[in-house]
Amino acid sequence: MSDPTESRGDAPGANELDADVALEEPGAAAPEKGTAATAYGPGEVPPPSRWTTMLNQIATGNAIISVLAVVLALIVGAIMIAFTDERVQEASGYFFARPGDTLSAIWESVSGAYSALFQGAIYNFRRDTFTAGIRPITETLTFATPLIAGGLGVALAFRVGMFNIGGRGQMLIAASVAGWIAFGFDLPWGIHMLVALIGGLIGGALWAGIAGVLKARTGAHEVIVTIMLNYVAFYLVSWMLRTPGLLQAPGSSNPKTPAMKETAIFPQLLGPQYNLHFGFILAVIATIVVWWILSRSSLGFKFRAVGINPNAARVAGINVKGMYVYAMLISGALLGLAGVSQVLGTVTTGFTAGIDAGIGFDAITVALLGRSTPWGTFAAGILFGAFKAGGFSMQAAEGVPIEIVLVVQALIVLFIAAPPLVRTIFRLPDPKAKPKRSRETVTKEAQAK
Amino acid sequence: MTRTVEHHHVAPPPESIPTTVVTSWKAPIAFGIFTLAALALAVFAPRPGETTYRLSLPNDVIQLPEVTVSVMPTLWTVVVLLAASTAYSAWLVSSKRRVPLWLIVVFAILFMFGFLTWAGSGASLPMIGLLFGSLSLAVPLIYGSLAGVIGERAGVVNIAIEGQLLAGAFTAAVVASVTGQPLLGLVAAMVAGMLVGMVLAAFSIKYFADQVIVGVVLNVLVIGLTSFFFSQVLAPNAATLNTPPRFDRLPIPVLSEIPIIGPVLFRQTLVVYLMYIAVALVYFGLFHTRWGLRVRAVGEHPQAADTVGIKVNRTRFWNVALAGSIAGLGGTFFTIGSGIAFNQEMTAGAGFIALAAVIFGQWDPIKATLAALLFGFASNLQNTLAVIGSPVPSEFMLMLPYVVTIFAVAGFVGRSRPPAASGKPYIKS
Repeated sequence: MSDPTESRGDAPGANELDADVALEEPGAAAPEKGTAATAYGPGEVPPPSRWTTMLNQIATGNAIISVLAVVLALIVGAIMIAFTDERVQEASGYFFARPGDTLSAIWESVSGAYSALFQGAIYNFRRDTFTAGIRPITETLTFATPLIAGGLGVALAFRVGMFNIGGRGQMLIAASVAGWIAFGFDLPWGIHMLVALIGGLIGGALWAGIAGVLKARTGAHEVIVTIMLNYVAFYLVSWMLRTPGLLQAPGSSNPKTPAMKETAIFPQLLGPQYNLHFGFILAVIATIVVWWILSRSSLGFKFRAVGINPNAARVAGINVKGMYVYAMLISGALLGLAGVSQVLGTVTTGFTAGIDAGIGFDAITVALLGRSTPWGTFAAGILFGAFKAGGFSMQAAEGVPIEIVLVVQALIVLFIAAPPLVRTIFRLPDPKAKPKRSRETVTKEAQAK
Repeated sequence: MTRTVEHHHVAPPPESIPTTVVTSWKAPIAFGIFTLAALALAVFAPRPGETTYRLSLPNDVIQLPEVTVSVMPTLWTVVVLLAASTAYSAWLVSSKRRVPLWLIVVFAILFMFGFLTWAGSGASLPMIGLLFGSLSLAVPLIYGSLAGVIGERAGVVNIAIEGQLLAGAFTAAVVASVTGQPLLGLVAAMVAGMLVGMVLAAFSIKYFADQVIVGVVLNVLVIGLTSFFFSQVLAPNAATLNTPPRFDRLPIPVLSEIPIIGPVLFRQTLVVYLMYIAVALVYFGLFHTRWGLRVRAVGEHPQAADTVGIKVNRTRFWNVALAGSIAGLGGTFFTIGSGIAFNQEMTAGAGFIALAAVIFGQWDPIKATLAALLFGFASNLQNTLAVIGSPVPSEFMLMLPYVVTIFAVAGFVGRSRPPAASGKPYIKS
C-alpha cells in the first residue's frame, strides 16, 4: 500500500518537506503578505514577481484549497438539509405561484441549521454570560481530544507507508487496561492516573505491535491484520465486560465496568462547569512529540525514508522491518491515548464495548484531512471536534440528523484529495501555469516604469 | 536465435523457463500449531459422549441417516490425521515443493470436523442449517470480494466495498419498497454501487487522488448519506419507503433434491444464483478472455499495456464501475435478499471482511470466494453452537474466524503479491 501523502494529484513532483512547510503553517502566507508590501526599499531592484507569486501561491496553494473544500462541503450539506426539510417541500409545492416562500423556507432551514452548528461548536450567543457562552468551544476541544490523538497515530503510520485501520481495537484494549487500573487499584492521586495512562498506552502499543511484528516477520498485510484485530479486541473486551472478576462491575449483570476512581480521573482544566479535561493537554503534548519525532529525530528520518521508498531505505542501511514495528508501536500508543482519554476523561462512570465511539475510524479521516502532518492533524482534529459538538446541538435544536456531519467531513477530505476538481469549480489558476503568468507580470511592471 | 526456435517447439513459453520455487516453512508450522491445539483439546478437555450430525431436513425426498460418532475416538483419529498432514507438508517443503491448496482445504475441514465433534458432544448438529447459513452469510462477502478482485486487478484499490454494499442495500430497499418489485430494487442497487465505483474511479484516475484515501472517505460518505436519509426521510415514512419485499426461494427442480448439496446450494434466492454465475464469469473472464487479459495487463504493467494500444485509464474506469455494480448487487442481500428493512450501517463491516477475503484469496476470484465462505462459515458456526450450548464462550467462537485469518495471512499466505500497479495512478507522459 502506498503512502497516501506521497502521491498528490496537483504536484506529482512535490516532495514531502515542501508539503510539511506548507501545511504546518497554514497561516504563514498571511503575515508575509504585509511584510512583502513594505520590504522593497527605494533603489533596490524589487523582485516584481513576488507579490504576484504570493497571490498565485495563495490561489493555488493548499490553504485556499482546504478553505474552499470546507465551503463546498458546507454548500452540499446545505442542499441536503434544504431538500429534506418538510417546510421547504411544502413551499416548493407552489413554487411557481410564490417562489419567494420556497427561497425563504430554504434560507430559514439552512441558516437555522448552520447557526445551530456554529453555536454548538464555537460560541453560544443565546447565553447571558460569557462563561456560559464559551461552553461550546470547550466542548469542541473535548471532542477533539481523542480525534487528535487517534489522528496522530494513523498519520504516523501513514508516514511510514502503513495503513492502520485498527484504531478501534487499539482504543478498546487501551481503554480496558487503563480502566482496569483506574477502578481496580488504590493508588495515591496523580500516580494512579499516571499508571493508568501508561498502562493504556502500552496496551494500545502492544495491540498494534502485533500487526507490526507480523508485517515485519512474515509479510502479513497490516491492513488485513489490523482489521481482524479490531474484531478480536471487540469480542475479547465484550467477553471481559460480561465476566465477573474481570471488567464487569461487581453485583451488576450489565456488560459495563464500575466507575473510575477519583484518584485516576483526568483533572478538569477549566473547573467543573466545563467538560474539558487534562487529556487535551496530553493531545497537545502528543502533537509536539510526533512533530519532534517526524521532523527532528533520526528515527523520524528513517520513518519517512521507509515511507517514501522502502527499497531505497533498505539499501541505505535502514532497518526497514524494525521501522515497521516501531511505527506500529508508536501509532498504537497514540490511538491508546485516544482510548485512555475516553475512559479517564470523557466517560468516567464506567464504559461498555462501545467506548471507542467510532473514533478509530474518524481518526483516519482526521489524518487524511491533516495530510499526515502533526499540526495538520491537530487542526483537522479540532475542526472535526467542532463538527461533532455542533452536530449534536444542530440535531437537538433543528432536528437535522447528526449524520450530515459525516457527509460534510467526507466531502471535505474528498475535495482536498482532488485539488484539480476544486480549482475547476472555482476557476482558480493551475499551479503549473504559474511561471508563464509571473513572466507576463514582470514585463507589465517593467513597462509601467 | 536458437532461443526463439526453442520457444516455438515448447508449447507454453513460461513453463520452458526454469523457475525457482520459493518454499516456506510457514504452512507446516501453522499446521503444527493447529494440530497441537487439537491435541490439547483431546488431552486437557476430553468430553465424553457422542455427537450426531443431521444430514437431511425433515421434508427432503432422499433422507440420509443421521451420523453419530463418539467424541473421543473421533477426536483422536482427527489428531492423528492432522499430524499426518503436517508431516506430509513438512516432507513436501523439505523436498522443495509447494504445499498444495487442496491439502490446506483438507486440513481445515479435518480440523473443523474434530472441533465440531468435540464442541457438539451430547447434541445433534444440523449440518444443513449450518452450511446453508454459512453460504447466506458469505453472499455479500463473495460479491464484495469479486468487486475487490476486479478493481485491484485493474490497478485500483477498492476500499470502498463497504460503501458500495451499503449503497446497494439502501437503494434496493427504497426502490423495491416504492415499486414493489424486488428485481427493480436489484437493478437500482447495481446502479448505486456503480455510481460509488465511478466516483472512486473518477477521483483516482482523472484527479490522481490517492485511492486509499478516496476509498476510506467514500465509505464515510455513503454511511453519512444513507444514515442521514434514513433518519430524515425513511424513518418517518417507513411504510412506503422502507418495507422492501423479499426475493422468494427458488428451488431448482432436480438439483435441489441432491442430498446435502441440494438444500444448501439449490434452494436459494435469485441473489445467490446470480452469485454462482458471477463467480464463474469473473473467473473465466479474468483468465480466459481478451477482457481479462486487458484488465490484468492494465493492473500489472500499464506502460506496456498502453504501448500495445490499450486505453489504460478508460479500461480502469469501466472496470472499477463494473466492480462497483457487482458490490452493489451484493448489497441487496442485506435488504431485499433477506426481506429486512434498511437500517443505519447495516452492512456492519462486511466490506472490510470482503477486503480481507481479497487479500487472503491472493487476488484470485476462486480463492477469494473460498476465503469469503470460510468467514461465512465461522460466523454461522457460532450461531449453531450457541443453540446447542457450546463449552466455549460465544465471544471466543465469534473471534475465531478473525484469529484464523491472522494465522492464515501470517502462515499460509505470507508475502502475498498484489497486482504490480495496484494503487498507482497511471500518468501518461
